[in-house]
Amino acid sequence: MEEYISLFIKAVFVENLALAFFLGMCTFLAVSKKISTAIGLGIAVMVVQMITVPANNLIYHLLLKEDALAWLGITGVDLSFLALLSCIGMIAALVQILEMILDKFFPALYHALGVFLPLITVNCAILGGSLFMIERDYQFGESVVYGIGSGFGWALAITVMAGVREKLKYSDIPAGLQGLGITFISAGLMSLGFMAFSGIQL
Amino acid sequence: MISARELLDKVEPHFTKGGKLETYYGLYEMVDTFIYTPSDVTRGTTHVRDGNDLKRTMTFVVIATFFCIMMAMYNTGYQANLAIEAMGLTESPSWRNLVMNIFGYNPMNPVSNFAHGALFFLPIYIVTLAIGGIWEVLFATVRGHEVNEGFLVSSMLYTLILPPDMPLWQVALGISFGIVIGKEVFGGTGKNFLNPALTGRAFLFFAYPASISGDSVWVGVDGFTAATPLGLAAQGGLEAVQAAGYNWFQTFMGFMPGSIGETSTLAILIGAAFLLYTRIASYRIMAGVLGGMIATSIIFNFIGSDSNPMFAMPFYWHLTLGGFAFGMVYMATDPVSASMTNTGRWIFGALIGVMVVLVRVVNPAFPEGMMLSILFANMFAPVIDYFVVQANIKRRMKRHA
Repeated sequence: MEEYISLFIKAVFVENLALAFFLGMCTFLAVSKKISTAIGLGIAVMVVQMITVPANNLIYHLLLKEDALAWLGITGVDLSFLALLSCIGMIAALVQILEMILDKFFPALYHALGVFLPLITVNCAILGGSLFMIERDYQFGESVVYGIGSGFGWALAITVMAGVREKLKYSDIPAGLQGLGITFISAGLMSLGFMAFSGIQL
Repeated sequence: MISARELLDKVEPHFTKGGKLETYYGLYEMVDTFIYTPSDVTRGTTHVRDGNDLKRTMTFVVIATFFCIMMAMYNTGYQANLAIEAMGLTESPSWRNLVMNIFGYNPMNPVSNFAHGALFFLPIYIVTLAIGGIWEVLFATVRGHEVNEGFLVSSMLYTLILPPDMPLWQVALGISFGIVIGKEVFGGTGKNFLNPALTGRAFLFFAYPASISGDSVWVGVDGFTAATPLGLAAQGGLEAVQAAGYNWFQTFMGFMPGSIGETSTLAILIGAAFLLYTRIASYRIMAGVLGGMIATSIIFNFIGSDSNPMFAMPFYWHLTLGGFAFGMVYMATDPVSASMTNTGRWIFGALIGVMVVLVRVVNPAFPEGMMLSILFANMFAPVIDYFVVQANIKRRMKRHA
């Protein structure tokens, strides 16, 4: 249990996908103008991450890894070069299915998330999460915790970013830096704050 | 001989709209408000009036650091003189020797300590004022806003949180980063979201770690190694601090190596009393930081650890070691980068208090966590405010439903 808690904290703070690895930057910068929308997108990312990372974990361990097909009686086959492709396909398919399920059974949530769900298909934080899972060789349990943790960390980062940007509405930013320019600078300064966690060994 | 007021009034037409030197109005305004209290008052009928303005607020903070500055000079010189005595030298191996030949290097002689400390403090402060001032005036002139007293606060606080032996060109780089990236790109005082002084220090901390962390920078004599008590604690816990000859009262008074102005908790608390009495600083933030720190350190004491001696560090040691007290009183209470709502201030403060103990105890990479904790909480301040406001709206909706 303790190792799961450390993995969660590590995924949220120490190895924050947005502010330590700078993944998912396009949505992070584009959809962080309002706190309420940012929270919506953050939740969507968390949900998708929670499903795709374990799903990719299953595919990797049951089909792609070296000798993973032993349960079919096939040995000596290493399909791990397909991991990148299968992860992308898996994410795209899952997001589509999730969208249809939400539309059918939870229309309120579906409308709240709106356009963000399809956007998530191309969010590199999602793909990054799955690839980190493969690289670090997480087991199934770990992959569930890592999925939730990394999604939550990204959601936290974009919420904070949106808060800062709402505050910056009252700033007097030089014309050349308005919009994306100051957002990049803010993101950089924020990751300076997140450096407080760098070096924590869990 | 004409008075300064008459002189200023005489040249004023040149600087106001339509005058020859219109572009440099910021400079005129700076000199004017520095010498005289501005006469601008709120007009109209819907304003609450208060004698307190930005100028007085900022000046009071600078006044509040007075005892810190005194202790900073005394302790920096005292530590340097002790180091020279310990190394068996007769004179300092630096340019300071030129002046210090007059006073001698006796750590028992207050005048010598004070003079030696001033020779560390003043160069850093002068460089900070000069370089930071150039940036301030440049931005004020080009962008047409005023140079205000906030800069005096930032530069004073920035000087007080640097180690005494910081190379001056790095001091200049740090204040440039703090003023330009930390403040001016957002539009100047009151529009930034991180504390400018801390932003500058954090920049130096990650860009030049060799001159702002480790064991050889905290006493201003080349070649002398002395860890800060907090550094010792990170290695060997409270026993290591006491084994090195520090008792609690000594760390409370501030006679230990460390950043220039952060060592004396007593001097900082006098400043805190002044800031609270004049209502410049928010007592909610200070109490939040203190409460968060005490709660977290008690929890860590309770959990305990066999391998990490920092777990056992009691809260009253956390208070006196490192930059905790200085950050709590002067940095966390910065009204611009802290939370704005009263409930938010408690949460904001508590977040700093929790984070600082967390970094000190759990993170082996940094012995000190105050700087990064405050920057971290600065980022969260607007979100905290948002949720406090939302909760208020919800409560009122319910009341009137």
